[in-house]
Amino acid sequence: MVWFLTALALLLLGGVLSLVLSRSRKTASLVGAISASAGGAVVLLQSFDVLISGQSQSLRLAWSVPFGSANMAVDPLSAVFAVVIALVTMLAAVYGTEYLRTHADKKNLGVSWFFFNLLTASMLMVVAARNGVLFLISWELMSLASFFLVTQEDEKETVRRAGWIYLVAMHVGTAFLLVLFLLLGKDSGTLDFDRLSTAAAPSWVFFVLAVVGFGTKAGFIPMHVWLPEAHPAAPSHVSAVMSGVMIKTGIYGLLRMLTLFGSLPAWWGWTFVGIGVVSGVMGVLYALAQHDLKRLLAYHSVENIGIIALGLGVGVLGISYKSSAMAALGLTGCLLHVINHALFKSLLFLGAGSVLHATGTGELDRLGGLLKRMPITGATFLVGSAAISGLPPLNGFVSEFLICLGAMIGLSGQVSLTASPLMGVLVVGGLALIGGLAAACFTKALGVVFLGEPRSGDVAEAHEVGRAMRWPMIVLAGLCVLIGLTAPLWPVVLQPAVAAIVPQQSSIAAEAARPLTGVVVGSCILLGLVVVLVQVRRQLLVRRRVEQAVTWDCGYTAPAPRMQYTASSFARPLVLLFRLFLQPRDDIDRPQGLFPKHAVLHTHAPDLFRRYVYEPLFAAIVWTTSKLRWLQEGRIQIYVLYIALTIFVLFIWKLR
Amino acid sequence: MTMLASIVHVMCALLLAPALPGVITRVKAWFAGRRGPPLLQAYYDLWKLLHKGAVYSKTTTWVFVAGPIVGLACAMTALLIVPMGGTAGVLSFSGDFLLLAYLLGLMRFFTILAALDTGSSFEGMGASREAFYSALAEPALLLGLVAMTAQSHSLSISGMVAAVTPVAIASPAGPALLLVAAALLIVFLAENARIPVDDPNTHLELTMIHEVMVLDHSGPDFAMIQYAATLKLWVLGALLVGILVPVRSGWWGVDLGAGIGGMVALAAVVGVIESTIARLRLVRVPQFLVAASVLSILALVLVMR
Repeated sequence: MVWFLTALALLLLGGVLSLVLSRSRKTASLVGAISASAGGAVVLLQSFDVLISGQSQSLRLAWSVPFGSANMAVDPLSAVFAVVIALVTMLAAVYGTEYLRTHADKKNLGVSWFFFNLLTASMLMVVAARNGVLFLISWELMSLASFFLVTQEDEKETVRRAGWIYLVAMHVGTAFLLVLFLLLGKDSGTLDFDRLSTAAAPSWVFFVLAVVGFGTKAGFIPMHVWLPEAHPAAPSHVSAVMSGVMIKTGIYGLLRMLTLFGSLPAWWGWTFVGIGVVSGVMGVLYALAQHDLKRLLAYHSVENIGIIALGLGVGVLGISYKSSAMAALGLTGCLLHVINHALFKSLLFLGAGSVLHATGTGELDRLGGLLKRMPITGATFLVGSAAISGLPPLNGFVSEFLICLGAMIGLSGQVSLTASPLMGVLVVGGLALIGGLAAACFTKALGVVFLGEPRSGDVAEAHEVGRAMRWPMIVLAGLCVLIGLTAPLWPVVLQPAVAAIVPQQSSIAAEAARPLTGVVVGSCILLGLVVVLVQVRRQLLVRRRVEQAVTWDCGYTAPAPRMQYTASSFARPLVLLFRLFLQPRDDIDRPQGLFPKHAVLHTHAPDLFRRYVYEPLFAAIVWTTSKLRWLQEGRIQIYVLYIALTIFVLFIWKLR
Repeated sequence: MTMLASIVHVMCALLLAPALPGVITRVKAWFAGRRGPPLLQAYYDLWKLLHKGAVYSKTTTWVFVAGPIVGLACAMTALLIVPMGGTAGVLSFSGDFLLLAYLLGLMRFFTILAALDTGSSFEGMGASREAFYSALAEPALLLGLVAMTAQSHSLSISGMVAAVTPVAIASPAGPALLLVAAALLIVFLAENARIPVDDPNTHLELTMIHEVMVLDHSGPDFAMIQYAATLKLWVLGALLVGILVPVRSGWWGVDLGAGIGGMVALAAVVGVIESTIARLRLVRVPQFLVAASVLSILALVLVMR
């Protein structure tokens, strides 16, 4: 634990130092990034040590705060999350040094780095805390630090609004967690995790509180509304951290909560599966309808949290139906997808940041042809897109494979369950639909942004970003491939973490490794064939005429870049097919007259949950509170009277 | 011995796949009262394309070149997984059907990207439709295989197909298998760009899906696309034949021969379908594909009953 504390101290020290040295933008950036990387590296080493040895490390300090001691530990489950947090924040920090240089003119970079390091440190504290008070303090610090990062460009109205929505959403979520911990500590009088008791209330109360509280952070539908607002508003390297790792702390919270219960009812698993299918399908559908690159990616986080929830659901069902194979496969898939999503989503957000950096816009229909201008960003974005669509030989396929296999164990006769067909249909059918739609969405994003011709003038003059922004993307893309090709290793690595939730499952990891070996063999054959075919093509063309011409346009002679298919038109058939869920709106200004001058078409897909659930809800709250406005008289005597009355009532209540 | 049979199947598929489109066009010509092109026309085309140079659009990048290469590599790898009746795939393990489905997904991913790389609005339109239909066809395929898992208790596609014996067809689970076959037939037609989903012979770019996506490819690249398309026809066809031709004699030569005979018959059936029904309106296609998913779920219900 010494090393873990050292890392925290490094992060906080670096943050404060960066704040102090903020007079020089360059020094502030350098100090911030170096401390973030150093802290991350230390955590990375220690977490790997915990994962490999399987030995958890803990620390218990007395403090004067009520409800137990300052109790911290890194067990394999925490270590998995700590590895992801450390890795992604390190790379994002390196990226940030260059990104912030041009993207935050006239901003105090010291403040930005201070909150970045505070966010990293608080996330690490969240996964290491073993005391409710410490956990909630870290949780709140995490929310606040990220709030200040989201609102960095606070001169923009949209950013302030996004920050406000984010702040409200986080606190509503935290309110549920506060109640959850109060109930958990009610019987034992302490909030130390090892002495929490679930006897104070029926277990469904805990479950609902945890799903709402942690689910708000994770972005489960319908608690996801803050996500598509806050992620695009933040600077890109912060979006990468928030989307890649911060929302995963919600998943960590749920997993940690599950360890408190001896037996898990099946309906918990079904709830997770339901949440997973709804979040996955709705998330990707909303993503399809978006025109802004970062907003599209934010909705994909909702989709991937859905996939993680599917894995969690399969795991919980496995536990409650007493099939350790199903439980282990589901939870391994869940944890592996946490890692995978952190890798490819932060890669994609960094890619989106580079596009923003180079062109100044994230509007899909203004971009195009960037692969020629930004080859590294384009190629890494392609790897990320294929990975997030769950395609072999990359990492996204491996975790989805494990979740599917877990859901189908019930059908294979190893365990006989009446519920297995429903599970197969929901999980496998859901994942197939999500995968197909995600592929549609990412071919759209990649095709419109990086392929074809530039759709506006600024884009044509874009340049590749600098080294500090390129390398983090290359490393992340490399890791996506690496996990895909070392698939059989991962169930073994994650086994101690899964064992924290499903105790008896020693041989499962080895068993899961066998099909994954098959996957890797298939992937290697695929890559080998690609190499061979590249050679064959080269040999065939070596002595033949290879010409350059314009794209075939059916005899039309003056093609212009604006005639290309747009993102909106690409997604239109799918958006219309699912119009029941998306309710797309068109604002159309039709061409009129014999020689029309102009015509305008805008397509929107507003978030239905925001429109039909939250806006009426908050309007109702405003209406109710406005009815209490007469209490506010503005005269000080009245307020003194209120205080006196309150004390009087409290006295009577106490004397009763 | 079984491994040998599997390898022989892959060899046969690699050699015979281009004959399938020939059979389809011959049957269609017979229906139309024409003589039609020779059976081996696809081979002649491939040979000719392989000996040509190539023309690339100035707009395109390496993604355009990668499209056909990755596509063919995916189709060949998928061929290693797919069984032919009782003959298991060369590569067979629990969950191999997921790899098969996602390899076809990767192939599509790159074909769509290569189409978008040209910047042509026709190809963009084809790409959009391909992405649209395949997003609906993929659940149908996987749900069909889930139903087969429930029937065979095997998580490997070779095991699933091998369990379809005459005895199984005659058992109460038989109708379920036929429903799965119906669902897979729909997926087979949609994924291979056949009528009633797509018309490979239409002469208007606006109405094509698969063919319009590959308008700009030429020479060896186009040969790879054509060859990959015939292999994909074989891969998905082999699944269908595995259910509909339950010859499981135990002699691998007989089983494999029956399977290949089944493939030729399937090609003839596709010819009949293409000659007798019209293409669906584009807005009707989703319903057709969702029907395949529903058939698969129904099959699952029947198996578990």
